[in-house]
Amino acid sequence: MHVLVLSGGLSAERDVSLRSGRRVAEALRTARTDWEVQENDVDAGLLDRLRAHRPDAIVPLLHGAAGEDGALRNVLESLRIPFVGSSAAASRLAFDKPIAKTLVEGAGIDTPPCVAMPQTTFRELGATAVLDAVVDALGLPIVVKPTKGGSSLGTSIVHRAADLPAAMVGAFAYADVVLMESFIAGTELAVGVFERSGDILALSAVEIVPEGELYDYSARYTAGTTEFFCPARLSDEQALAAQAMALNVHLLLNLQDWSRTDMIIDADGRPWFLEVNVAPGMTETSLFPQALVAADLGLGELTAALVEDAVARAAVS
Amino acid sequence: MTGSRLDPWVDSYAARAHNMRASEIRALFAVASRPEVVSLAGGMPFVQALPVEMLASTAQRLLYERGAQALQYGSGQGDVTLREQILEVIGEVGVTAHPDDIVVTTGSQMALDLVTRVFCDPGDVVLVEAPSYVGALGVFRAYECDVVHVAMDDEGLVPSALSEAVAAARAAGKRVKLIYTIPSFHNPAGVTQGPARRAEILAIAQREGIALLEDDPYGLLGFEGEPPRAIRADDAEGVIYLGSFSKTIASGLRVGWAVAPHGVREKLVLAAEAAVLCPSNYTQLTVSEYLATQPWREQIKTFQEVYRERRDALLESLQALMPEGTRWTIPAGGFYSWVTLPHGLDATAMLPRAVANLVAYVPGTGFYVDGQGRQNLRLSYCYPEPDRIREGVRRLAAVIESELDLAQTFGTTRSLNQMTGSSVPAPDLQ
Repeated sequence: MHVLVLSGGLSAERDVSLRSGRRVAEALRTARTDWEVQENDVDAGLLDRLRAHRPDAIVPLLHGAAGEDGALRNVLESLRIPFVGSSAAASRLAFDKPIAKTLVEGAGIDTPPCVAMPQTTFRELGATAVLDAVVDALGLPIVVKPTKGGSSLGTSIVHRAADLPAAMVGAFAYADVVLMESFIAGTELAVGVFERSGDILALSAVEIVPEGELYDYSARYTAGTTEFFCPARLSDEQALAAQAMALNVHLLLNLQDWSRTDMIIDADGRPWFLEVNVAPGMTETSLFPQALVAADLGLGELTAALVEDAVARAAVS
Repeated sequence: MTGSRLDPWVDSYAARAHNMRASEIRALFAVASRPEVVSLAGGMPFVQALPVEMLASTAQRLLYERGAQALQYGSGQGDVTLREQILEVIGEVGVTAHPDDIVVTTGSQMALDLVTRVFCDPGDVVLVEAPSYVGALGVFRAYECDVVHVAMDDEGLVPSALSEAVAAARAAGKRVKLIYTIPSFHNPAGVTQGPARRAEILAIAQREGIALLEDDPYGLLGFEGEPPRAIRADDAEGVIYLGSFSKTIASGLRVGWAVAPHGVREKLVLAAEAAVLCPSNYTQLTVSEYLATQPWREQIKTFQEVYRERRDALLESLQALMPEGTRWTIPAGGFYSWVTLPHGLDATAMLPRAVANLVAYVPGTGFYVDGQGRQNLRLSYCYPEPDRIREGVRRLAAVIESELDLAQTFGTTRSLNQMTGSSVPAPDLQ
């Protein structure tokens, strides 16, 4: 089996993606010593390389735009190369946070109230008036983040209305549309979901306790700065509710193979959906691999099984 | 119940390691290494201008003829022949010395480390320019110095501000140990101290009894006339002079040096031996062979021409394309121009947008220890070809226009997003 792990790309999460790619490729090589596992960046030469040496399957581990927005997956689908993970169409919906929130809310899943706006709206209507209206609608604190992208890049928690313009600036640095969402105080969780042999399973929730208020880029990728609990310190009922939400989101958005849903459990034990990732981070400090370890599952074994599933899917179709 | 922090040594690290964190800005620089991005960020010399075949034959001859020496430990002070040759090089900037006054180091960065190690206790004040070389700031912070920035103008460090800074530090009961300056083709500011300015600064250091640490990696890379005369040329006892072959030959060789008064030199040698035993004999002898057998002055002229053409491309593009209110320095040598953005713009907050638009720079905050520099950025013209520089400036101008639009919309461009961690690129960034 010739497997290509795609990582890197041009998004701000390039470095994270490269680390995810290296880790998954290494795990795959250990789990399947007879497979040829290569890592590859995504650049203008990729399609030529795919044509010259067509892999049996691809594991796309690009984070951020192009990797998770469905664009690259569309290309892979066009080339009919099997790949691990969600389809282009499903990725497109999941990657766009306001769309994903609207879809899950429509299915009865709680998600914090939000508004999403492009910069032009603020320019045309006046930022002060618009932000005042947002504060009236959502109250404070408000979480401000780009509608697309991960690793908390451009994200901030705003406690004072006066800080909202600066938060908008931080978010617009990464995206053309910004999401403003009511802040829900509580326990921050990530729940991984994977499929195997026709079953869809939720891993134990990972509880995230960052040093500061925000689980930001530095907190995510500096080992030692954030404390993790897996399984999370939840009642059985809460733990099941968190897993049920992740499973429901995975099914509802037609995701495939693996996903990671981020959520908050509030003081009343009620889970709130924040976002879902179709290419979960796989670095040394990432959440999905921690949950696998807690479940005594190997990253290499799981990825290999998903590769085999992807190849089998393609054979059937 | 205790969770996992994913690093079993987290409670064992020294306090100084606590700020060594993953950085959002470093993540953006990872994108800048892609060929699609015009990187005006890194300070990599254009080593492609070197005659590589000649270097290969030099290295081959070295191994065949002097392999037993090149591959062996050497003196902690550095190879004596190379030290004699360094005298010739520093003669170009007016410095006269004895080979014993020279300590060869692994790049001048190591010399910076050794000098700081020898001079500074935690809390001692080091006066640096505002802005200053990020590698020096990193060293001073590692030794827990109290780094104080001193104002610059178009001719570099401002003498009156320097005097005031010395007085203020002493009034606060602090010991001022070093005045660190890059007088020629400053990194990042791109400015050069004239002879009178140098004399004033030296006089202050002498009067106050403070060692002057003169860092001169770019001194031979001027575009007009003779190289500026080093401050060390006028004071052998009060100035520690740092030089490097990184820009005049090749940065990958990692060969630099310090010229120091005898008492300092003895300590630098002992400190060097404690740190690395000795600098690489192989690269020292490679440099020595190169200097002995090749027209190194001609090669420096080639570098000057390459960098002048690129400097011109940068300045012409800035002049043609930058939005009103943008200012920049006009370097007469070296690698960098220091840009001041229109009022209110924040170069750190703007960086993600720049990288998304496939152009990179270093935000000004990286060149300060105290949060200054938000309105500034450093542009490097040393590595990209002139056409790429023009394209990079075109993209940057568009990004600044967008940022002005953002500022107009929100009344600020200061981001709430703190972007903690290092805001400077790794040395291998183009």
